[in-house]
Amino acid sequence: MLTTENTVQWLTKFGEIISMNKAYLNELDSRIGDGDHGSNMVRGVEAMLAQFEAMEFNHAKDVFKVTAMALLSKIGGASGPLYGSAFMEMAKVAETNDLVTILTAGLNGIKKRGKAEVNEKTMIDVWEPVCQALAENNLTKSIIDQAVQATKPLKATKGRASYLGERSIGEIDPGAMSSAYLFEALLAGELIDG
Amino acid sequence: MKKIINDPSHLLEEMLAGIDYAHGDKLERIKDTNVIVRKNKRQGKVSLVSGGGSGHEPSHAGFVGEGMLDAAVCGEVFTSPTPDQILAAIKAVDSGSGVLLIVKNYTGDVMNFEMALELAEMEGIEVDQVIVDDDIAVEDSTYTAGRRGVAGTVIVHKILGAAAEQGLSLLELKELGDKLVEQIKTIGVAIHAATVPEVGKPGFELADDELEYGVGIHSEPGYRRESIKSSREIAEELISKLKQEFNWQSNERFGVFVNGLGATPLMEQYVFLNDVKQLIEAENLQIEFKKVGSLMTSIDMAGLSLTFVKLTEQEWLDYYHAPVQVTSWGG
Ligand SMILES: Nc1ncnc2c1ncn2[C@@H]1O[C@H](COP(=O)(O)OP(=O)(O)O)[C@@H](O)[C@H]1O
Ligand SMILES: [Mg+2]
Repeated sequence: MLTTENTVQWLTKFGEIISMNKAYLNELDSRIGDGDHGSNMVRGVEAMLAQFEAMEFNHAKDVFKVTAMALLSKIGGASGPLYGSAFMEMAKVAETNDLVTILTAGLNGIKKRGKAEVNEKTMIDVWEPVCQALAENNLTKSIIDQAVQATKPLKATKGRASYLGERSIGEIDPGAMSSAYLFEALLAGELIDG
Repeated sequence: MKKIINDPSHLLEEMLAGIDYAHGDKLERIKDTNVIVRKNKRQGKVSLVSGGGSGHEPSHAGFVGEGMLDAAVCGEVFTSPTPDQILAAIKAVDSGSGVLLIVKNYTGDVMNFEMALELAEMEGIEVDQVIVDDDIAVEDSTYTAGRRGVAGTVIVHKILGAAAEQGLSLLELKELGDKLVEQIKTIGVAIHAATVPEVGKPGFELADDELEYGVGIHSEPGYRRESIKSSREIAEELISKLKQEFNWQSNERFGVFVNGLGATPLMEQYVFLNDVKQLIEAENLQIEFKKVGSLMTSIDMAGLSLTFVKLTEQEWLDYYHAPVQVTSWGG
């Protein structure tokens, strides 16, 4: 069950994993992008964590809303509006308290904002299989890992990496990796009913 | 990396403080933002807002002032500014006649500006946008995020800026902008990549005797790498690309803009322009304006870009020549 408390715990954990992997995300982005995805994400999650410290929340909806605004106003680049849109859409349906509904709304927010679909080598290639697995009640760490690895053979057709064409093949998409951290953090909490 | 900076993570802040100090008579920084606005705002005209990642100076703050932009939003180095910053700019400059955003075509810029546009509309402000995608190095937009916005953006600032000053409506400016963008094409060449201070090393490696055609202003890869050539040979390559795109006929009217990418001296830019001149003469084109200078840079990238503007309308030229009061347009 999604609660206000475990939502904060989930996203706090996400923030911690992002911060720990800042250099790795930058490294992934420097191979097929411009090397800033880790720095961008860290600016965002630090602002989010500062808000969590300063605020009391009554509902998960407010947690998502505050997260959306923090990420949107601090990340910049392509991933800022994408994560911002995801959490904004999640906030809109948070009152259902249903994780599948909520994450699917987030995924649709990303698709709408970025006008991308699966197999374009973006974060969508992690969000989509994760939502699917959640709906089938079998999200595991290995499903998340597989989704990340599956971005390797793809050729990027959206975002900065698309300018590399064939040369984008063989690398992990950095946004797919940062999204994987979001779902690893989710697994670490007690949000998923077993 | 060797640069005259302090802590790289304070660079944007410190640069903005410097701009504020140098040009405080003409420009103003909106408090607690990375937005630069013109000081003596004129009421009753459509306001123009542009911006993007930093590292392209004098773009875009250097073009804020009478006859060009009303505000520039400065992002982190090579990173699009965020919607709240863009929204702050829109709100600061709107005088009731609407706001036009001039956006370079990068996924991040497009999405952040689009979100700001939606937020501003929710607040009842009339906003529209013109997306500049003049970089012809990118051939296919089915498999990429599309052609990028590069040096031609400065020409869009100038022409739309003058048109806004003369009282065109938001809708008219939007139409003018879209039409103009179709007639602006740019192609670049790099001989050394840019070093983003927080990264500490060049975005890509070129050997001492190599150049790369078609590199983007954030070190996006180009279309061909080869051994270094003379200015004349480079001009031949770039002009041949432009010719292919425009498919021009003799006597057609064009404006020409040679843009330095940051570390290429003006001396070389003039040498290059001279080679361009000879090739244009052979093509029998009518050249209505020439511009030279480092106006859309890529930090310390060495190289230059060549922009052609096909002047299909006489007003465009009048707007181009209209007086302007900004720090960096030059003569
Ligand atoms: N149109 C899009 N739809 C979905 N995700 C995208 C899109 N464009 C880029 N991305 C994601 O954004 C990530 C890059 O983010 P980041 O490096 O922070 O921004 P930028 O590319 O502006 O430097 C990519 O790895 C990819 O996952
Ligand atoms: Mg990046």
